[in-house]
Amino acid sequence: MRTTTLKSGAAVIAAGAILASAAWADPFMDDTLIVNGEIEITTVAPAPDHLEGALPELISGWHYRTEETRDMERDDFDNPAMLYVEQAETVWNTVEGDAGESCASCHGGPEAFEGFWAAQPKVNPADGTLWSAEMYINDCRENRMGAEAWGWDSQPMKNMTALIASVSRGMPMNVQIDGDHAPYWERGKEIYYTRYGQMELSCANCHEDNNGNMIRADHLSQGHINGFPTYRLKQANLVSRHNRFRGCIRDTRAEPYAVGSDDFLALELYVASRANGLSIEGPAVRN
Amino acid sequence: MADVKPRVRVPSTASAGETIVIKTLINHTMESGQRKDSSGNPIPRQIINRFTAEFNGETVVDVELEPAISTNPYFEFEATVPETGEFKFTWYDDDGSVYETTSEVEVS
Repeated sequence: MRTTTLKSGAAVIAAGAILASAAWADPFMDDTLIVNGEIEITTVAPAPDHLEGALPELISGWHYRTEETRDMERDDFDNPAMLYVEQAETVWNTVEGDAGESCASCHGGPEAFEGFWAAQPKVNPADGTLWSAEMYINDCRENRMGAEAWGWDSQPMKNMTALIASVSRGMPMNVQIDGDHAPYWERGKEIYYTRYGQMELSCANCHEDNNGNMIRADHLSQGHINGFPTYRLKQANLVSRHNRFRGCIRDTRAEPYAVGSDDFLALELYVASRANGLSIEGPAVRN
Repeated sequence: MADVKPRVRVPSTASAGETIVIKTLINHTMESGQRKDSSGNPIPRQIINRFTAEFNGETVVDVELEPAISTNPYFEFEATVPETGEFKFTWYDDDGSVYETTSEVEVS
């Protein structure tokens, strides 16, 4: 009896806290994003059918950030991620490895990858398994250039994925979820809705049920990955998609899957599919 | 320090007496001196300690930077341009390096 009273008391307090914060925690919807005065970014889009009503509409994480952070993304000069993109451009044109090739010698300019980022991760027809951009990059480096593979979360890898994402900015996310992709997508969905860790939290508990609310001092977004690799002000560096997954699962006090693991690849496909329709913003700026 | 590259954005034209917005950015680690490496040894401080902007030799801003300032320091400020001339931007590194760049403004 006593326990019941305490529980309902706590529930009332929790409800009060959510109500009190709701007024100022809502996303800042009265704003539009145009990068460099020319690339129009779709930051609000209808939810794709496969979400089955889980979200009323898709809202980019950009709307959940403060005005100052949103402004940084409007202009490449103000976007700190572009410093890393510049470094990747230098690497792009640098010959490395035994074959005497650079990225540029086969692909020409990075613009060759316009649209590539929209469909990642994707089943590679060569071996029938799900590949992310990082794997394609390392495949090129090892097998075509004869160069050393980069670590998934290494600086040159994050820089290169940021460069490749940047040439697709403004294009809608559009990953495939049927056919060969279906088993991976199902596995990703299973992870998304599984409660992990001491906190017993699934991705959906925060990003579906509570987006717009505060989690302590942070503003919960819908958790889309259209802005990745993202420049996080907190880290003063780029953050990869898998690194962000690992951080979230760690925060539930669970043992995270490894960056680059099959489980995170499946989750990447599922989470990317949730953003189908939003523009690619990567490299975005977040807190 | 290797690979430090200053970047500035200054309008190329302005009308006389107009106030223009100037943005500057330099890539630099801004190592505070407070951190330790993986074996526990202190990492020595190395920051940009001073930034100046001049227009035709006249000081526009002169900033002293401290170790708490983040990596890749960015400055945005306004300046009034009375005549055609040249902005000169200078960053001073703890290691003695000086990074410079200039930018012309044509006043009509």
